[in-house]
Amino acid sequence: MTTPIEELVDSRRVVICCGSGGVGKTTTAAVLALEGARRGRNACVVTIDPARRLADALGIEHLTNDPTEIDPKLWAGDLGGGDASEVVPGGRFSALMLDTKSTFDVLVARNASTEDQAQRILDNAFYRNVSGALGGTQEYMAMEKLHELHDEGNFDLIVVDTPPTRHALDFLDAPKRLTRLLDNRVFRLLMMPTRAYLRVASVAVQTFLRTVARVVGSEVIEDVVAFFRAFEGMEEGFRERARVVEELLTDPATAFVLVTSPRRDAMEEATFFAERLAVAGQTVQALIVNRIHPSFGDESPAGLRAAADALQFSSPDAERAGPTNRLSALYANLADFREIAALERAHIEALRDRIGGDITLAYVPYLAHDVHDFTALHEVGALLFDTVSAR
Amino acid sequence: MADFCSTSRVVIVAGKGGVGKTTVTAALAITAARAGKSVLIVEVEGKSGLPSMFGAPALGYDEIDLEVGVRARFLTPDAALIDYLVTHGMKRISKRLAASGALDVVATAVPGMKDILVLGKVKSIEEAREADLVIVDAPAAGHAVTFLLSARGLLDAVRVGPVRKQAQDVVSLISDPERCQVMLVTLAEETPVSEVVDTAFAIEDRAGVALGPVVVNACFPPLPVAVAADATAILEDARVCDRFVSQREADDLAHAAAFLEERHALQVEQIQRLRAQLPLPQIELPFVFNPDITRPQLAVLADAFQRGIERL
Repeated sequence: MTTPIEELVDSRRVVICCGSGGVGKTTTAAVLALEGARRGRNACVVTIDPARRLADALGIEHLTNDPTEIDPKLWAGDLGGGDASEVVPGGRFSALMLDTKSTFDVLVARNASTEDQAQRILDNAFYRNVSGALGGTQEYMAMEKLHELHDEGNFDLIVVDTPPTRHALDFLDAPKRLTRLLDNRVFRLLMMPTRAYLRVASVAVQTFLRTVARVVGSEVIEDVVAFFRAFEGMEEGFRERARVVEELLTDPATAFVLVTSPRRDAMEEATFFAERLAVAGQTVQALIVNRIHPSFGDESPAGLRAAADALQFSSPDAERAGPTNRLSALYANLADFREIAALERAHIEALRDRIGGDITLAYVPYLAHDVHDFTALHEVGALLFDTVSAR
Repeated sequence: MADFCSTSRVVIVAGKGGVGKTTVTAALAITAARAGKSVLIVEVEGKSGLPSMFGAPALGYDEIDLEVGVRARFLTPDAALIDYLVTHGMKRISKRLAASGALDVVATAVPGMKDILVLGKVKSIEEAREADLVIVDAPAAGHAVTFLLSARGLLDAVRVGPVRKQAQDVVSLISDPERCQVMLVTLAEETPVSEVVDTAFAIEDRAGVALGPVVVNACFPPLPVAVAADATAILEDARVCDRFVSQREADDLAHAAAFLEERHALQVEQIQRLRAQLPLPQIELPFVFNPDITRPQLAVLADAFQRGIERL
């Protein structure tokens, strides 16, 4: 019988991992793609900002715009951890680390009507800032990359990590942001030929331009005007692109996985995220909770605490003092862990209820080490897939 | 403690996502308030978990009291821009400028513009002595470095005008250790330690900002007495004390103790690595066995903060 998480990596074409920073999104994305490959799929993970050692393990220590296939010897054989005989033949595993700027350059080149137009944009100072610094550009390009990979059709499973912003939702709006910029009334006026715009431009626009020039200098204005002029005729292409990406996000073959840790702020963000997705007509298929504390049995924390206190305040004879103090410390420690485990699970279940629907819940407990090789990735995979089947 | 808080009037708390930056900000604020300082916390990114720790409503542009001696406010680039225009004689067009989405364009045209607006406002709060200590909960991860580099970057890019003046003022604030320092926060884990070392060098070398102590958050305290994390030894202790402990309970006690010891040992190893790679004093804050940090947990963290500062 297939578990819901297995179903995700077995039958979806696109899996998007979202959540706030520091919850293990990149690792989770890599694990899902790896398990997909081990189950026979041609999988690719798009990472945004992996920790250096994970990037090394995936063979993507440099930014690259093209997926790098990882030698199956590294992840499917005995070296990759787990049982090599469980690996379904035919699976492939590729990874790429998003290069925001060159993804944007490719997008411009593709949409420009002439090479000259493309070059004018690529050389523009304002564009160079847009492609590097516009709020949400990274999110936009992550979606653009996804669209490109999906369109090329070389992979049957693409797992996307989302950028580590506090506003984990930015990528949903990202494609619209540039078109919104292009639609801005003030800038539509700016795009008119020089003299015409001076004549037509309202007092408001002129005041605006003068103010901006006063604050940041007039060369900035010249760059902006040149950029919008160079962009002339390309807005439609970008708008169309934004629409296609949005369609891909709502496609039934696309799944959203919400990654969180049991910390309150991460969960608050997860709730907010699920609500926003629901508004956008998308559902979260799975909630993956990383770094949850192990349970250690089922004794009540209060009872354990009482035992610890009773021992601590007993006055044993000299011979019993050592064992008594040791037992008291052990009880207090178990009480601490039972308490946090119970609180964490209660919070997570409340979160699942708030999200509602048939969302699958999976726990990945604290590991004794960092995850930066295939053995560890598979270890997380085994935990992830096992907790689900156990529930 | 009072000494520490008067060393710099602005402390920028920075660290990668998930290390507990906001918790450390809150604990530092309480520690300083206990020493009689008035504290203002400035949040620069949306949806902060800070107010809910104190049971307060969401932060806005106006200050609110979180508790005695601790105020907090939210500071967005848009609000800082309006503020800037109003104080520079451009009140009439300020609202329209912000509403037209022009800031997005200007900010894109001039990278670092948003950061400089926010830091410029922090500077004027500092100059006006609105609080004895201003704590800035900085943007996460690598953004903290660009945030601090923005002023120097602008000095290179903008040759004249009020923005250049603003950037100069910000540079003189953040590069003066008497006025400003950065407090880095990390966890005692491999990746966070590696990243905090990189961030520290980037901040000191490239942004020229003084670094305060590094806060190592969520350290598991060792057990108060040495124990053997072993069920047989536990059952033997129980027998000596005439206490009934079932085999299952002994196993659970042993597993929990082993888990703690294992994590503690890993953390000690990472703390030593951090000490070897980054010559900065460290303040260790304990792991709190509760996923919700509210006043009682913050009080425990503030106690630890105070001890850590006294030991510096």
